[in-house]
Amino acid sequence: MIYSIIQIAYILATALFIFSLHWMKDPKTARHGVFAGIAAMAIAIISTVLEPGIVNWEWISVAIVLGFVVGVPLSKVPLTAVPQRTALSHAFGGLAAGLVGTAKYYLWLQEGPENLTTFRMIAIIAEIILGFLTFTGSLMAAGKLQEIKWIPQRPVTYRGQNIINLSLLGIAVIGGIAVIFNPVEYTFIFPVIIVLALLFGILLVIPIGGADMPTVISLLNSYAGLSAVAMGFVLDNKLLVTAGALDGSSGLILSIIMCKAMNRSFTNVLFGAFGQVQAVKAGVETRTAKQETPEGAAQILEQASKVVIVPGYGMAVAQAQYRIRELYDLLTKQGADVKFAIHPVAGRMPGHMNVLLAEAKIPYEQLIEMDDINSDMPQVDVVIVVGANDVVNPAARSDKTSPIYGMPIIDADKARMCFAIKRSMNPGFAGIENELYFAERTFMLFGDAKAVIGELVKQLSASQSGS
Amino acid sequence: MNVLKSFFLNQNKNLIIILGFLFFLSDIAFAESEGSHSEPDYIALLFVFMLATFIGLGVVTRVSRLLHTPLMSLTNAISAIAVVGSLLLTGHDYPDYITILGAVALFASMTNIVSGFLITDRMLKMFKSKETKKS
Repeated sequence: MIYSIIQIAYILATALFIFSLHWMKDPKTARHGVFAGIAAMAIAIISTVLEPGIVNWEWISVAIVLGFVVGVPLSKVPLTAVPQRTALSHAFGGLAAGLVGTAKYYLWLQEGPENLTTFRMIAIIAEIILGFLTFTGSLMAAGKLQEIKWIPQRPVTYRGQNIINLSLLGIAVIGGIAVIFNPVEYTFIFPVIIVLALLFGILLVIPIGGADMPTVISLLNSYAGLSAVAMGFVLDNKLLVTAGALDGSSGLILSIIMCKAMNRSFTNVLFGAFGQVQAVKAGVETRTAKQETPEGAAQILEQASKVVIVPGYGMAVAQAQYRIRELYDLLTKQGADVKFAIHPVAGRMPGHMNVLLAEAKIPYEQLIEMDDINSDMPQVDVVIVVGANDVVNPAARSDKTSPIYGMPIIDADKARMCFAIKRSMNPGFAGIENELYFAERTFMLFGDAKAVIGELVKQLSASQSGS
Repeated sequence: MNVLKSFFLNQNKNLIIILGFLFFLSDIAFAESEGSHSEPDYIALLFVFMLATFIGLGVVTRVSRLLHTPLMSLTNAISAIAVVGSLLLTGHDYPDYITILGAVALFASMTNIVSGFLITDRMLKMFKSKETKKS
């Protein structure tokens, strides 16, 4: 009887999870999605502890209280740190799956080896490999994003890297197969697989640099979901399978979107470290970019009626979003139409720029996807590029030798005029010269993004109140 | 939009792979289930997995691109459904080391649930439309 009630509760929870994702289709309904998710999770937890045989209440309450103690502060991080937090929670997800898989294996080994059927063993091995590689891989990604000193930010590459990585994974898989068919005799292999999976997670993320982080985070998201699915197979629990599959497919779709937005394949992101292209750098250093002062730029902005702002990771680093909001207000007040052009891979995780601009209270109708804004670009009076680089480089369209050739970009060069705010002329992440900066209609505004935009705002508001 | 189009065009190929894999696994499962009685119904589990994946793909492709960051933190919280497995391990009267492993897993999942839902809601609150804005 109680078993049927639990199963029915699980069905209800699954439906609520699907609604939760469904309501994310529109910012207007999105918050219902969170409540549906919370309700589903509450139903799942309550109906699980109803199961007869749950006795260790002290352990359960201590773990839950600790979860709240750590979880609440983690939800209050500044929004620029959201990519790190996300990576960290993938790590927690992977850890939980890995630990449950390990515990289940040893429990069955001790209490009833006949339970270790082939199918269950396949699920357990998949769960621990996915779980533990997600754990260390996500920790590495979080460390890189947080810019922890002893974790290299630049991609680390060495000779034979891919061969070493793949053979490590290969050994883990072969060991796994051995344990799958002889779960009782080959017990000693089990910890070896755990260690190999932990190691593989680290080595997988070491060669990946900042610009590829959106793809890697999405991929790790998918792995965390799949490890929950594997846990569902181990425990014969359909709720785990459905919720994990929802997470896994969401991570998969985000990874595909990120890869398409960079014109790269999964294998290329994971195994072709971006750092290697630095050698290709062309020797055309003689060109100089034209410079403009904030005063001059402000005068031009005063006359503009269509303005597009292209934000990039530099905006997040400089925390310039609130200054951009002031600029937006002033320009709107003078009657200009101000839009924001969002490239899918701008920032360090999918949708990063949207969240930062929303934090600065910019209405979301003004945030336009790359594909939707490019056709309007020739009619735009002024484009302001704030801390974006590769995503506006016209070389991606024209220069077949460029490493980013074929990547879809925001056509900032097609506007009537372009201001690029940049700290110096150093090339961006990929070490690629940006053709945009040398274009006829581009003017550079050198300096910290926050300071430069602050200066623009000052000039504009002075002339607005003067007239 | 192109992304979606090509993704669904590729779906035929993916479908064949998935069906092939299902077939392969069903062989194993049937061979096993003749022997043991405690064996769960794997075919049912695999069906659930397949259907949930397609539902997930369908639902997530419709998610507004504006909300991809909140989407990721929401799915983070949802995949912390691993809390169910952790609770079962921690709660039962198992040997101590199992209870400890379970409690650590429970702590990790609980952290994800709490921080995942809270930060998603915090981010979503910030997405304001023009009409609702007062100025």
